[in-house]
Amino acid sequence: MSKEIKFNEETLALVDKLINRYPAGKQKSALIPVLHIAQAEFNGWLSSETMDYVASLLKIKPIEVYEVASFYSMFNLKPVGKCLIEVCRTSSCWARGSEDVVRYLEKKLGIKEGETTKDGMFTIKTVECLGSCGGAPMLQVGAAFHENLTLEKVDAIVENYKSIGKQRSYTDLDYKNTI
Amino acid sequence: MGKKILLEHINVPGINTLEVYRQKGGYASVEKALKTMAPDAIVEEVKKSGLRGRGGAGFPTGMKWSFLAKPEGVERYLVVNADESEPGTFKDRYLMERIPHILIEGMITASFALGAKTSCIYIRGEYFYVSRILEAAIAEAYAAGWLGKNILGTNFSHDIFVQVGAGAYICGEETALLESLEGKRGNPRIKPPFPAVAGLYGCPTVVNNVETIASVPYIVMNGGDEYAKIGIGRSTGTKLISASGHINKPGVYEIEMGITVEDFIYSDEYCGGIINGRKLKAVVAGGSSVPILPADLILKTEKGEARLMSYESLSDGGFASGTMLGSGGFMVYDETTSIVKNLYTFARFYHHESCGQCSPCREGTGWMEKILHRIVEGHGKPGDVDLLWDIQRKIEGNTICPLGDAAAWPVASAIRHFRKEFEEYINHPERIKDVKHYYSVHQLASV
Amino acid sequence: MPKVTIDGQSIEVPDGTTILQAARMIGGENVPPAMCYHSKLKTSGGYCRTCIVKVSKGSDKDPRPMPKLVPSCRTTVMDGMEVQNNTSPEVLEARRGVVEFLLINHPLDCPVCDQAGECHLQDLGYENGAANTRYDFKRRKFKQIDIGPYIKLHMTRCIMCFRCVKVADQITDNRVHGMLNRGDASEISTYIENVISNDFSGNVIDVCPVGALTDRTFRFKSRVWFTKPMDAHRNCTKCSGKVTLWEKGEEVLRVTTRKDKWGESEEWICNECRFEKKHINDWVVEGPRHIDPHSVISLNHYENVAAKLKLDIAKQQKQLASKK
Repeated sequence: MSKEIKFNEETLALVDKLINRYPAGKQKSALIPVLHIAQAEFNGWLSSETMDYVASLLKIKPIEVYEVASFYSMFNLKPVGKCLIEVCRTSSCWARGSEDVVRYLEKKLGIKEGETTKDGMFTIKTVECLGSCGGAPMLQVGAAFHENLTLEKVDAIVENYKSIGKQRSYTDLDYKNTI
Repeated sequence: MGKKILLEHINVPGINTLEVYRQKGGYASVEKALKTMAPDAIVEEVKKSGLRGRGGAGFPTGMKWSFLAKPEGVERYLVVNADESEPGTFKDRYLMERIPHILIEGMITASFALGAKTSCIYIRGEYFYVSRILEAAIAEAYAAGWLGKNILGTNFSHDIFVQVGAGAYICGEETALLESLEGKRGNPRIKPPFPAVAGLYGCPTVVNNVETIASVPYIVMNGGDEYAKIGIGRSTGTKLISASGHINKPGVYEIEMGITVEDFIYSDEYCGGIINGRKLKAVVAGGSSVPILPADLILKTEKGEARLMSYESLSDGGFASGTMLGSGGFMVYDETTSIVKNLYTFARFYHHESCGQCSPCREGTGWMEKILHRIVEGHGKPGDVDLLWDIQRKIEGNTICPLGDAAAWPVASAIRHFRKEFEEYINHPERIKDVKHYYSVHQLASV
Repeated sequence: MPKVTIDGQSIEVPDGTTILQAARMIGGENVPPAMCYHSKLKTSGGYCRTCIVKVSKGSDKDPRPMPKLVPSCRTTVMDGMEVQNNTSPEVLEARRGVVEFLLINHPLDCPVCDQAGECHLQDLGYENGAANTRYDFKRRKFKQIDIGPYIKLHMTRCIMCFRCVKVADQITDNRVHGMLNRGDASEISTYIENVISNDFSGNVIDVCPVGALTDRTFRFKSRVWFTKPMDAHRNCTKCSGKVTLWEKGEEVLRVTTRKDKWGESEEWICNECRFEKKHINDWVVEGPRHIDPHSVISLNHYENVAAKLKLDIAKQQKQLASKK
């Protein structure tokens, strides 16, 4: 856990590349993308040390990072499980049984919504519309959408992540080559 | 089959690649625009086309473009709004995922018309995998010379990048989006000034929805007049509709504006009717913000005319008996649905998404959610419906940005058309106890 | 110079003047109340929505009314504009709504709040609010924290006016506090335990319209209306040194900026003047600070007592005259 908060050379080069796409002096624009990278690299959440590090990279005040990180729902300011299961709960998903999915997951993993399993593997969270209403009910794990859920599908999804041992996060999507 | 402009080639294998997209005539509009047209002429064509903003507000795109300030020596920007977060809406994701080049082509052509050297796609963080698809497509376009310096040997150079958000519905509001793009909290700005004068980094900026920009190539290739022939009245062209809820075929459909709502819901070409042949109870036609309508009013206007899928027909009757086309997020609810519980999910949504800047929205959205929560839990109080009505009325029109209105309208319309149901919840909580007012996943699995 | 008419009273104002500023130039009863606007802070205003007014005529050039009520503090006057404030039932109704929204999560702990007596929310509620609340849920609560030795942050009372954030941005060189979280969970905070230590940080206390940021050196010392405000100055190398002393007997209980009739600081002062110069000998006293008679602070102050007597006499004479 207590890995030093510092990006490696490759990631630092990527941060530079990100900063360079904005006009000079507007490097703060890179804040959200860099926070995504930091969250993915440092245990899936943003500690104040991580945020201070990002502030120093972008040459902005730490409070500017706290303000932003606490505003957006995808940034975790507290530790979460290796796999963050986010179940959509808004209208179309609700109308097609998302509450069943949440209850089932809670029972299956032995935790309540908002909690993390003892082994640190799963966290269940309900979230607002993820833009997948046509595939309702749906859930998201890391960067992956899982749609048209049935309870059998939920079983398979959980088993799958158990066997991989982690979610496909932003860093796994080969972002280094494409940004 | 209606006319298809955006999704014509959607099922062609490999259409997400530049090669196949080119084979189907892709990027021709860039060539035509850069080599044969003056920027103002493109703006003129877009004006003639009658194209209206597809994000929800329906503002004429050509007009928006012509408002762009053009001071000497100041950068101008085009920002594509791919924040798509309006509940019920998933068309932009579908389009970007399946046929990303149509958006990139539209952006290059539009940027040429606007004189923007840089444009950007601001995409919601949850669509991270889509941003990867877009970035791959942009890389292809750079490699083939459609982006970068001196495109097609002309003086026009252009760069595109993709910016991901991080989970905030409010960033779909254009000034909140620009704040977010500048690395700040997504707090909507107080207008004026409008982005056309002072947008990104204080520079003149046009913010357009994905679908709007994706419609530009067709207009440039075929002319504004040709585009205006599609559709009905002032609702020109085609519209992507995201259909969801209790229908047999949820999905994204491109419709020619002017088909009837009834046809859209029941024909096999589109939604394919209600699951299990149940009765239709209500529809939210344009994303969660627009008023919900009961079955009789969504199928026919108050005057008894067939309701059409168009800006004008859907809003016929005003808010008393009509609704709005909005973003085209078409959510269908069958007879088993609890309108009260459904409204609670909306109220919870707006409470969760309020940015907290201005008092009516910050305090009012939470208050409405709490009242609805106690009603659905069977603890509603006799005056609760009137109180909800009064709160939404005091939010509407009094906030910095349209989120206040968006939070107020669903509450107002649900009470307007389904007041009895709310009273049933409050007066007879025992009747709603243990009743599931939605489809269970088991029931769906057996369909 | 554009001419604007507010509730029937016209005035010519310089270009770029806002409706609120124009209303203040006219003065009197028709000035919209403002909680988040502050004349000395750039980009302030527009958030609280208490100053909303109806623009019934946009301008001579474009006479269409504005479709929605607008914040008068952020709306620029156009030539020929006509504005309704107290004459519009719609405005008064909407303002009552805003007041209610601002109060639903407010602790209403005025009896133990140091701001009582000079609180803008108290005045606003008194003038535009209802006697009862319709909110029957648990109110939002935050922990009180000390941000440094001088300033107390009592977030539960905050109305999110952003003034203190703008002070830190515009008159100090290192902002360490800001707006965190979002929606009704938003809070003013330093996030991690942090001290606001800049020389001018004490000014956040004076711009706070409520009791969310208070002076720890004055905490529970006295109700403000038992203290006497006196204008005073000293030679200060950091600031103008022009302050208001709040005295009780010979004791200086509190030092603040001088506030104008709208409760807005005239000139910023430094922390040394504010927190460390609490002896009467530190100051050259100029004389009593004029306090607007409507304020509870003016109670028992001789110049105001005289003014009030004059008013009472005039009122009685009027009543007598009308009886005849």
